[in-house]
Amino acid sequence: MTAAAIRPVRPSLLRRLRTDYFSTPLDALVSLACIAAIVAIALPLLRWAVINANFSGTTRADCTAGGACWVFIKARFGQFMYGFYPPAERWRVDLAALLLIGTVALSFWRGLPRRALTVPALWAVLLVVDAWLLAGGFGLPRVETRQWGGLMLTVFLSVYAGVLAVPLGILLALGRQSELPVIRLVATIFIEFWRGVPIITVIFLASLLLPLVMPAGWDIDRLVRALVGLAFVIAAYMAEAVRGGLQAMPKGQGEAAAASGLGYWQTTGLIVLPQALRISMPAMTNEFIALVKNTSLVSIVSIFDLLGIAQASLADPNWVGMNMEAYAFSGAVYWLICFGLSRWSRHLETSRKTTH
Amino acid sequence: MTRYFYDKRVREIFWQVALLAGLAAAIVLIVRNASQNMLNAGMATGFDFLWRTSGINVPFVLTSYSPDSNILALLWVGVTNTLVITLFSVIAATLLGFVIGIARLSANKLLSGLAGAFIEFVRNVPLLFFVLFWYFGVIAALPGPRQSISLFSVAFLNNRGLIVPVATDGWAFRIAALIVVLALVAQLVIAVWAKRRRDATGAIFPVWATGLALLVAVPIIAFSIAAALSAWDVPALRGFNYRGGFVLVPEFVALFAALTTYTAGFIAEIVRGGIQSVVKGQWEAAYALGLRPNRALNLVVIPQAMRVMIPPLTSQYLNVLKNSSFGAAIAFPELVSVFVGSALTNTGQAIEIIAITLAIYLVIGLAVSGFMNWYNAKTKLVTR
Repeated sequence: MTAAAIRPVRPSLLRRLRTDYFSTPLDALVSLACIAAIVAIALPLLRWAVINANFSGTTRADCTAGGACWVFIKARFGQFMYGFYPPAERWRVDLAALLLIGTVALSFWRGLPRRALTVPALWAVLLVVDAWLLAGGFGLPRVETRQWGGLMLTVFLSVYAGVLAVPLGILLALGRQSELPVIRLVATIFIEFWRGVPIITVIFLASLLLPLVMPAGWDIDRLVRALVGLAFVIAAYMAEAVRGGLQAMPKGQGEAAAASGLGYWQTTGLIVLPQALRISMPAMTNEFIALVKNTSLVSIVSIFDLLGIAQASLADPNWVGMNMEAYAFSGAVYWLICFGLSRWSRHLETSRKTTH
Repeated sequence: MTRYFYDKRVREIFWQVALLAGLAAAIVLIVRNASQNMLNAGMATGFDFLWRTSGINVPFVLTSYSPDSNILALLWVGVTNTLVITLFSVIAATLLGFVIGIARLSANKLLSGLAGAFIEFVRNVPLLFFVLFWYFGVIAALPGPRQSISLFSVAFLNNRGLIVPVATDGWAFRIAALIVVLALVAQLVIAVWAKRRRDATGAIFPVWATGLALLVAVPIIAFSIAAALSAWDVPALRGFNYRGGFVLVPEFVALFAALTTYTAGFIAEIVRGGIQSVVKGQWEAAYALGLRPNRALNLVVIPQAMRVMIPPLTSQYLNVLKNSSFGAAIAFPELVSVFVGSALTNTGQAIEIIAITLAIYLVIGLAVSGFMNWYNAKTKLVTR
């Protein structure tokens, strides 16, 4: 028997097209409508973004081809990435971002010794070192937070709020599952309060009322106010994600740990949480994606994250009518970040099923 | 002494008292600081400001508000606008979301791919992006009033918003609305009665048929008759702008479009998940018991899909309520924009105004999630 004879019969392309897309009249109609829709959307988009687009030049006058004026993005690129951070100091942002990437990579490296202790310690060190790099002081020139902006603000605001929210969220989730009525009540009220109000009002609350409740003479940085507000809200959402994991745990795990003589914190820390957090990871990643998207709301209190700086750049009289370019660029960056994260969360979900 | 330390009950009480004491200390500290700071800054307190004349001009009003009204009336304008935009967006997003969610499950790969592309696009971009995009990118780029886009020659879309016809006299619509409410009550009574009778005798009453008649046909007929009986004020071009009709301001149109498309992406995923959650074995088991396909769908599949879908759907609806506050970014006069924005700037009473705003969102939210918890408890699977 020759090799050709045992190869499975593969239907021809034409035949597959017919069975997959044109099997019934209705199916054919649907397929044709879809093709029409794709052509109607993709062709003008392609013409605008690529074929008739302008890529070279330095001013608005260089954009003559009628399509997108990517020259604008090129001219503004530094601002979209770093805001008004002094160009001579931007290496600090890059270094802080590299350290962040390194920490993320180390957190997911299984060879790290005593991961349960070293990972939180790594993040704590990272938060301190990056805050020093970004803000300055102790030997570095100071950079005021109002000079921060663009993508770096989006990224670091999300990371700081997210990292602060995780331990708080875990405590809240444990509190809500607690057998002690007072602790359960306090945790539940805290969670439901922050989940029940719009994030915009929380940002207003933080930026208007936080200075009011501080002792006289204390001044809190604008960015820190927004950060505290975001961290509280996201902690409440993280708490619900962790609670999902706690509730998904079979009761026997905690009971067996208690039966072998472990106390509450030992049972929780050694037996319940490690398993529950692994179950909660996809949900927590989804909350982090929501956080990345919601950091855009800080532009309400004139802190210019990526979307805020894109919106603000539209007011430049030298670059009138660049709305579509600014939105397309900022939207694409957000999409890449959030889509990457959501793919990762889905990967976590599927890989969890196979590791046991 | 150590005897008490190792007593579980004593330790539990200790921790709870410690938490309460810590909270009380924090609250005392916050109140003391705040009152001291407000005294220093000479800020007014109390809720008297609610009865002051507002003097604020609001571009989109559905109540009897005017700038001569008091601030309480302004608050009510914000609440109505928030509820109206939420209601419209929830209905439109549900319809769009169900269509896209079902399309996502289509056997036709082109259709399911298109639906998937839409879902992945809207879910991974901030809502604020869509709000700004629709407002500054789409609505602002529409032609002026003289080149309006005509929708069936009764409504007109241009860069000043969507101008729709409006009934000059509302009595026919009020009667129609009353009839719809009565039909809803009747359907609920029938549903409860039919379930009781089925549990008692096993006889099945076609609740779906009466539901279709009472909840779909009756409203359509009632509102059609009301529309035919009413006198209409249809917008018409006079000189450079439209006269007559009701103007849905650009902010409303942009916020509605943004909320609808964004939420539809999330609802589509819920619908897909709900339908997929009912395993094939459930259909097969229902057939094996001798149920016909529509009975299997109504009695076995839909109740299980709904149990999966209703809780996330409710939280999406609550998200729309909360997300309507994104209107503040484009100055659509919803609750946050008119109250935390305009009223706060005019009166300076930040604590009272933010507290009222948060309380309103919390009350609406708690009412909805209270209903959701009741529904969850009623329909959840019974386990250990």
